[in-house]
Amino acid sequence: MTDSPMIEVSNLTKRYAGHAAISDISFTVARGEIVGLLGPNGAGKSTTMRILTCYMPATSGSARVSGLDVFHEADEVRRRIGYMPENNPLHPEMRVREYLKFRARLKGLSRPRSRDRVDTVMQQCGLTEVARKVIGHLSKGYKQRVGLADALVHEPELIILDEPTIGLDPNQIRSVRQLIKDLGKKHTVLISTHILPEVEMTCSRVLILRRGRILAADSPDNLQRSHGSQIVAEIAAPAEHIEALFDPIAEIQHVDLAPVDGEFFRCTITPRDGLDLRPQIFALVKESGWVLRELSRNRHSLEDIYMRVTRQEAEEEAL
Amino acid sequence: MQAYWTLTRRELGAYFISLAGYVIIAVSVFQMGLSFVILLEKLRSESTLMPITELFYITPFFWCILLLSAPLITMRLFALEKYSGTFETLMTAPVGDLQVVLAKFTAALVFHMLMWLPLLGCVFVVQHYSSAPGVVDYGTIGSTFFGILLLGSLFMSLGAFASALTRSQIVAAVLALAFGLSLFFLGFLAEQVPNPQGGWMLDALNYIAMIDHMKDFSRGVVDTRHVVFYLTGTVFFLFLTYRVVESRRWK
Repeated sequence: MTDSPMIEVSNLTKRYAGHAAISDISFTVARGEIVGLLGPNGAGKSTTMRILTCYMPATSGSARVSGLDVFHEADEVRRRIGYMPENNPLHPEMRVREYLKFRARLKGLSRPRSRDRVDTVMQQCGLTEVARKVIGHLSKGYKQRVGLADALVHEPELIILDEPTIGLDPNQIRSVRQLIKDLGKKHTVLISTHILPEVEMTCSRVLILRRGRILAADSPDNLQRSHGSQIVAEIAAPAEHIEALFDPIAEIQHVDLAPVDGEFFRCTITPRDGLDLRPQIFALVKESGWVLRELSRNRHSLEDIYMRVTRQEAEEEAL
Repeated sequence: MQAYWTLTRRELGAYFISLAGYVIIAVSVFQMGLSFVILLEKLRSESTLMPITELFYITPFFWCILLLSAPLITMRLFALEKYSGTFETLMTAPVGDLQVVLAKFTAALVFHMLMWLPLLGCVFVVQHYSSAPGVVDYGTIGSTFFGILLLGSLFMSLGAFASALTRSQIVAAVLALAFGLSLFFLGFLAEQVPNPQGGWMLDALNYIAMIDHMKDFSRGVVDTRHVVFYLTGTVFFLFLTYRVVESRRWK
């Protein structure tokens, strides 16, 4: 059982009266990964999560958590998942400790163990000083932590968080992200978001969703590599000499030259497969005895990739 | 089982953490007090052979309290959780749908019984100040409360069903009130049906006449037909509630 992947989704489709919220998506998440579901609003992130947490069934396809089917073994699956839904619903009239205790008991923890676990997660999420406060009176950041603590209280193997940082201020966002990163050391984490830096900072792998389909799935680094990076060099030399210099190098796909001030040309080099050619370029320029005053590599941010991937898709649809 | 008790306790606690529970109790105690005044007036002016529970019951306040408080007690059960989204955290915890339905029903029923407790106080006040021996008969008090329990469970299950149907507490309350009132007034139809052609229709209407049931209970008569009626009604509405809660799985 332990060697089955944490999440295994195959050909999952969910149709609501007429339109498909997700159509035919497949992916797996290995144990110990932090995976981000990325996509615009209405892309099917929440639907995917609701199916995984057994809140509602899929129209077709199958989903397994830790080798257990989410439809047929729903109780076992729910025991293994800690879930924080979108907007983090809580009972505002309850006190923090009382609420966590209630949730722990509801999830089947024995009385002494629930006491232990509630203490532990309150410490972990920095809630100890508000333990006796009424949830409705807490700030949004604290409420979010209560939601996280609830997701953690039964020591689930898999933690699913739907937009965990929405509506928080920058400081709170940073602390919640740090918390998620820490969680990734012990648990498998699936988070959804439409905030790109969040994924870049916290996730080891990204699934980009749009209109219920997966457009790209890879680690942020690999995505950046496959979507290319560019090298910028400013060289003082005649333009035709520079072109002659770069022409024989097979790894270079394309070079753009633009005159800047004085003798300098700004060369924008697009290498094949996003390779880092800076050492070679430096060596070549040095050999020729020219002056090099800038050599840098700008990587596409995830944001560019995301825009590019989702726009491509939109254009294809338009054709 | 643990989940059931945990949930029942939270649901019951929710009535007392928020103001709503106290307001419902306060209003019904106020009405009980009014009817108690009427009862004392009656006792003072003429002697009667009726047990005081029946005296209490024949004032219109009894039905007023029951019919109006039931929707207020049950409206939040599911509608509030669906509205605030906690229904999702609840249903993604390892709890069965049936457990959730039963826990919410139990909590509402227990609250309903707590709400009626002050009635006991009224009865003992009469006992304390009356010179006649045997004014208070424990048997009739027991059967009256048993009747209140049965009526309560029917109305709570009906209200739970109404609450499960919607996300709005107001709609849930109005639906429960409509269901409750129509069930209550169906009993009066029996008088409208002309006797000779009545036949099975008359029997059926008489069978669900709650006014008559409660009259029996307040006199100390526990009729199994009434008991069966309320139990089947409760089970029926709980079953409907369960199906509604479960329905998100096959939508």
